[in-house]
Parts: sequence; structure tokens; C-alpha cells
Amino acid sequence: MSVRTLEVDGKMITALEGQTIFSAAWDSGIHIPRLCHLGGLSDVGACRLCLVEIEGQKRLQPSCMTKVAEDMVVRTNTPALRAHRRLIVELLLAERNHVCSVCVLNGACELQDLAAQLGVDHVRLRPQYPKLEVDLSHDRFGLDHNRCILCTRCVRVCDEVEGAHTWDVAGRGKNSRVITDLGEPWGESASCTSCGKCVQVCPTGALFSKGKTVADMRKDRGFLRYIVTAREKKLWIA
Amino acid sequence: MSLDNAAQMTDPREEALERAMARYQYSGDALIEVLHAAQQLYGYLSAPLLRKIARRLMLPPSRVLGVATFYHLFRFAPAQHHSAVVCLGTACYAAGGTDLMATLRRQDGDGGWTIEAGRCVGSCGLAPIVIYDGKPMSKVTRAQLEARIKETHDSGNTAPDAGR
Ligand code: SF4
Ligand code: SF4
Ligand code: FES
Ligand code: FES
Repeated sequence: MSVRTLEVDGKMITALEGQTIFSAAWDSGIHIPRLCHLGGLSDVGACRLCLVEIEGQKRLQPSCMTKVAEDMVVRTNTPALRAHRRLIVELLLAERNHVCSVCVLNGACELQDLAAQLGVDHVRLRPQYPKLEVDLSHDRFGLDHNRCILCTRCVRVCDEVEGAHTWDVAGRGKNSRVITDLGEPWGESASCTSCGKCVQVCPTGALFSKGKTVADMRKDRGFLRYIVTAREKKLWIA
Repeated sequence: MSLDNAAQMTDPREEALERAMARYQYSGDALIEVLHAAQQLYGYLSAPLLRKIARRLMLPPSRVLGVATFYHLFRFAPAQHHSAVVCLGTACYAAGGTDLMATLRRQDGDGGWTIEAGRCVGSCGLAPIVIYDGKPMSKVTRAQLEARIKETHDSGNTAPDAGR
């Protein structure tokens, strides 16, 4: 596979042909903010947090969906990009209910971390606070729609890694919801194997393990690399 | 084909749906076309129907529901009932509103209608008024109303927004 050289935030980096800007930057220690991207899953470009500026292109590009090219000049952290990202996070916070003090993932939430990192200390938009359902029908796991940011990580991990495709997104616009099977309660889903992968990859407290307190509800996303490397390369990395 | 026999043996709609799916070789890529065919046959997409389509096209049920709910043209509950609001404000009452009410009640054999008496809608000059499936009819005569009802029945009694 051939190698490409490009400049990211003033630093020359090398990447493999076909690699995304996001992953090449990550390998070189430049961590672009993201919510929907998760290594080991396919990319959907849903959250737009990873937008970057590419010299010579007018439009911002999602780095998780854009492949590297020779001599590309990329900027990942300009004031304009930071302002965009702040607004995206505020939109997410305003859309549903993200009151961290009553969330089981408080302190280990990717959305909360991102808000802190971007300096979002208040939301300029009027919060919608729709009263959405909490599905506690599964014996081991729960789903709180109020915390869901529709990143579809759960949909992809269940489809691509577990192979069950229990989740999908129904509806559109502000009525979009993650669903299990034909929209029945999760506990009645015939396809769910209760593997827990969706809970582990969910960036927020939308999917959680039952009976965990704020102190011990922590998510492990490292398992994905292990499973995906094992499947694709037949290598079981420690 | 004798309809009587067909009805006893299988629901002809099932066969028609099967044919529609076969036309696309039961390919998951034809999901939208198949959903269309199913809705045309059954009027709406019930959970058992969606489950069957998922099974036949070998798709995960959640994707079938996800795709179906993304498009506004699919419905998931039986078509809405018809409704009529007969104005029984003073002017409409005097102009024969109660007779129109009785006419509507009479044709509502199976109780599938929502028939209500309304209060003055502010168009007394056009009395009597009937709001028929959400659309106002003015200076309504019994014959006109009966014709309109017949039209509704002849069109298969489908809901006002069917096929939208
Ligand atoms: S527990 Fe596993 S099988 Fe069940 S929905 Fe989550 S990822 Fe899918
Ligand atoms: S439940 Fe979690 S993983 Fe699934 S879409 Fe919502 S936020 Fe993302
Ligand atoms: S991480 Fe790229 S769009 Fe979400
Ligand atoms: S009473 Fe019927 S419109 Fe006024």
C-alpha cells in the first residue's frame, strides 16, 4: 500500500492511501473532536464535529469521511472550526435532556467531555426538553432516549460486529428515535443477544447497564479494536 | 377465479404481496417498492405485515421499520375515519341542520364515522354548514349531502388522506 504525505495543523504526517484524515491525524497524535466516529465501525458522518478545513476547498469536510491525498494541507483547530463545534454541541445539548447531574454516566460521558473541552459553559439556544421514554424492559440494560444523540454507534456495532442488527433509527427530524426490531420494548427483542456491545460504545448515558451507580458505570471501547483486529487480521492483540 | 373460493382459501392480498416480492426476486434493495405494494393492498403497514416483509426479504426488522418511518407516505395505523361536523348554531339549525344530522346518522351503519354537532362557525349567511372530512360545505341540501356520502362510499370508503 502506498504512503501519502500531508500537512495537518502545520505538521507533516504520513498516512496510508485510503486512510481518512481523521484516522491519519489520530495516528500522529492529533485528536480531532468526534462523536459518531468510533474506530472499528464504519463511518457515517452524522455528527459533523470532525469538520476540518482543507486548503483549496471552500467547504468544510468531515475528516472521518474524507480520504487523505498527497500534499493536502489540513487545519483541524481554527477559531472558526471551534465556533462551529461549540454550536453543534449546544444544539445537541438543547435538543434533548442532558442534565449531567442526574445521569449515570456523569464524569465519563463523551458529550460532557467535549462540551468541557470546547468551553461550552452555557447553551445559547432554547432547550427543547422533550419528555422522552426510558426503556427498562431489558433485564440487563436500559435506554434513555432523552440522552440519545442519534450518533448510530449502537446501530453499527450491533450490525457490523455483533451481527444482530437489533437497532435502527426510525422517524425523521426531531422525531427520530433509535428502535429495537419493530419498535417493541428492547426486552422483547427477538434479535438481541444481550451482548452489551451497544452499551459499551454509546458515547452518552443513553444506553447503560442496569444496577450501576454513577461511580461504576464506565464504558469500555477498547474491546472493539480487539474484536475487529481478530476478525479482520486473525490477530488477537493483548 | 371464484372469489368465494379464493376468500376461503387464502387472502388474495397475500398472494398479491407475494407476487410483488417475487417480481423483485425478494431483494432487500426493493424494500421501498415492496412497502408500497403492501400499503396499497392493506391500506396500512401493520406490525405483522412489516415482520413478514422483513422475513421474506431477509432484512432486520428494525431496518424495515426505520426505512418505512422515514418516508411520509407510509402509514402504520388504519386509515382515519370520516368525520362530519354539522353546524347547529341558530342559523344552521333553522336552515335544516338537524335534518342533515339525521341523514348522516342514518348512513353511518357500521359506526365508522365521527359525527358531531358544532356551534356557529361564523358563516351564517351560508347556512346550513357541514364540515365534511375537514372541508366546509355551504348551503347544504339533503340531496347534496347524500350525493357526497355516496361518493365517499363508492371511492372504497378510504380515508380523506389515503394515498398521500
Ligand atoms: S446487546 Fe448486543 S445484540 Fe443486543 S442490541 Fe446491544 S449490541 Fe445488539
Ligand atoms: S443510543 Fe447511544 S449509541 Fe445509540 S444512537 Fe443514541 S447516543 Fe448513539
Ligand atoms: S465524527 Fe465525523 S461526522 Fe461524526
Ligand atoms: S349558525 Fe351555522 S354558520 Fe352560524
